[in-house]
Amino acid sequence: MFDIIKTLAQTFGPSGNEKKVADTISGMLRGKVDEIRTDAMGNLICVKKGSGKKIMLAAHMDEIGIIVSYIDEKGFLRFGNIGGLPPLIILGQRVVFENGTVGVIWYEENIDNMKNVTLGKMFIDIGAGSREEAERLVKVGDMAVFVGDTVEQNGKIISKSIDDRIGCAILVETALRQPETDNEVYYVFTTQEEVGLRGAKTAAFGILPDLALAIDVCDTGDIPNCNPMAVKLGGGPAIKIKDRSVIAHPLVKDLLVKAAKNKKIPYQLEIMKDGGTDAGSIHTTAGGIPSGGISIPCRFIHDAAEMVDLNDVNNAVKLLTEFVKSC
Amino acid sequence: MGALDNLKKLSALDGVSGDEKPVRDFILSHVKDYVDEYWIDKTGNLITYKKGTGNGPKVMLDAHMDEVGLMVTQITSDGLLKFQVVGGIEDRVLVGKRVRIGEKGVPGVIGFKPIHLQDKNERTGAVNKKKLTIDIGAKDKEQAEAKVEVGDIVAFAYDPVDFGDNKLMAKALDDRVGCAALIEILKERYEFDIYGCFTVQEEIGLKGAKTASFQVMPDIAIILEGTTCYDLPDTEEQGMSTRCGKGPALTIMDRSVIVDRDLLNHIVDVAKRNKIPYQFKQTISGGTNAGRIQVNGTGVKVAAIAVPCRYIHTPVSVMDKSDFENMIRLAKETLKALPAAGNLWGTGKTDINLYREQGGVEYV
Repeated sequence: MFDIIKTLAQTFGPSGNEKKVADTISGMLRGKVDEIRTDAMGNLICVKKGSGKKIMLAAHMDEIGIIVSYIDEKGFLRFGNIGGLPPLIILGQRVVFENGTVGVIWYEENIDNMKNVTLGKMFIDIGAGSREEAERLVKVGDMAVFVGDTVEQNGKIISKSIDDRIGCAILVETALRQPETDNEVYYVFTTQEEVGLRGAKTAAFGILPDLALAIDVCDTGDIPNCNPMAVKLGGGPAIKIKDRSVIAHPLVKDLLVKAAKNKKIPYQLEIMKDGGTDAGSIHTTAGGIPSGGISIPCRFIHDAAEMVDLNDVNNAVKLLTEFVKSC
Repeated sequence: MGALDNLKKLSALDGVSGDEKPVRDFILSHVKDYVDEYWIDKTGNLITYKKGTGNGPKVMLDAHMDEVGLMVTQITSDGLLKFQVVGGIEDRVLVGKRVRIGEKGVPGVIGFKPIHLQDKNERTGAVNKKKLTIDIGAKDKEQAEAKVEVGDIVAFAYDPVDFGDNKLMAKALDDRVGCAALIEILKERYEFDIYGCFTVQEEIGLKGAKTASFQVMPDIAIILEGTTCYDLPDTEEQGMSTRCGKGPALTIMDRSVIVDRDLLNHIVDVAKRNKIPYQFKQTISGGTNAGRIQVNGTGVKVAAIAVPCRYIHTPVSVMDKSDFENMIRLAKETLKALPAAGNLWGTGKTDINLYREQGGVEYV
């Protein structure tokens, strides 16, 4: 499991540029599912055929990042955000482009108050001496992602892009275990979640499932003096009640709780104040699709070092497997 | 040039979101002889269909007919009109502007206290649109009510002016540039089916494009727009969104969309091959119908080509005519070269994806 997580987390794939992740995943699932296809949005849809209910399991392939908007004559890059990037957190971070070019994010130092640092006052230094030199490595419109190793320590995983490669890894692992069921299971790896839950919308429209789950990360309330939230790392996968984008369908939530109880899998209930998931765009697709989610409790979401508990991840695979069989 | 004449005429017409009929009527009269079929849907979109000479993807071209404006919300006892903005207009832009109200185009002006009478706070403080009213010269409520009704649409009353170095100053360039360009594009026939969609209510949330794309179910969509431009001396180069006269602007990403990389590359290739100037929009602000159309159905490959417009969303936006002419050229050449770019519609080989090489589906 750790190897799958590491491989996926370290694959380049900011929103709109998920092809490498899609290729990696389709390589992992080739021969293990009945059909692999993509749609115009780049979603990767892997189908295990069956005669029962159509179940859509969605995890998004894209990660947050930056996009180059301008290269100045000295070779510094100006940029915009892809997905939610808190300005103070990205200062001093390393970023890497698809071609391996590494850059450092810094800011215009003549600023009065660090609170006023915006992305517009920041730049990326790739060590180029001039615009021409920079343009040999990077051009306007190119995207970059955080640099951040994937390590395991004390039963936790620390890595960049846990959001949502952890969800992708859980779907891959579940598909590899090939749960015995008559249901038709769609393992869907979606695009452009971080910029507005976009890929899941077209994927769901193409599938029109009977019910759907988003497998993603959620915040926790277990670090010093943080915002209160009744979810903690290691407490089991979180069954979604609600986030900013969706109120989980009670039926879906109940099925998940029942599955967890049946198999004695620890679980928590998630009510996330901020942040949305693919379930938000799936549940209002076409005539409406009962949707819910399994979330992996995650600290430091959208930082270059996000942290999850490996037990929660393994239990999520068990829960998902049981869910697919039992509904 | 015919397209420029059309643009000026279109700019002079009023088509505030939700009330696009005058613009639609003009467009229809100018395209109906060139298309094979057309219909006006329930939301007011004009959708035209032009059959292709061969096989290929279904291509949707989008230009929105609506412009930002105001709506009358109340008639005061003094016969002045309170209003709401329709679409994004900054409060400061409103002061002292001439307007036309309702179907009859009743003239009015958005009044303000003269500088002589303002106290210091009023002079230096922000403008609050809640305190602004439209003066139609009525002596009382009764006289005002005889001319306008609550709910009437208000448009800026400014005629287009040619000026300066090949520039045009006009209201509603966003997105009459797209409408005028699309009329021009529809005069030619291409290898594949084209749906030219003149959409409604873009400025209040990309609404018309949603229903239009659902009817068309396109494979590819190209959005023709007027976009933000700020290239004046008080801004640093990296803050400039686009630059006037430097060619049509291609969006890579904005708040509504990350465009399809293959389609964008195709457009850039076409521009280079035909020596058509182009620029990338450098900021990721704003949104276009591309965002709405992309997530239609099972997904659409989208791109946006736009004319840079200084002072956009004001009665006096400014564009360079060459940008407009080059947008039309670039869009036409893009369409003509599309059949060769097979990877955009499933027949060509892509170097990356095995499952795409096999026609999108891989059975294993």
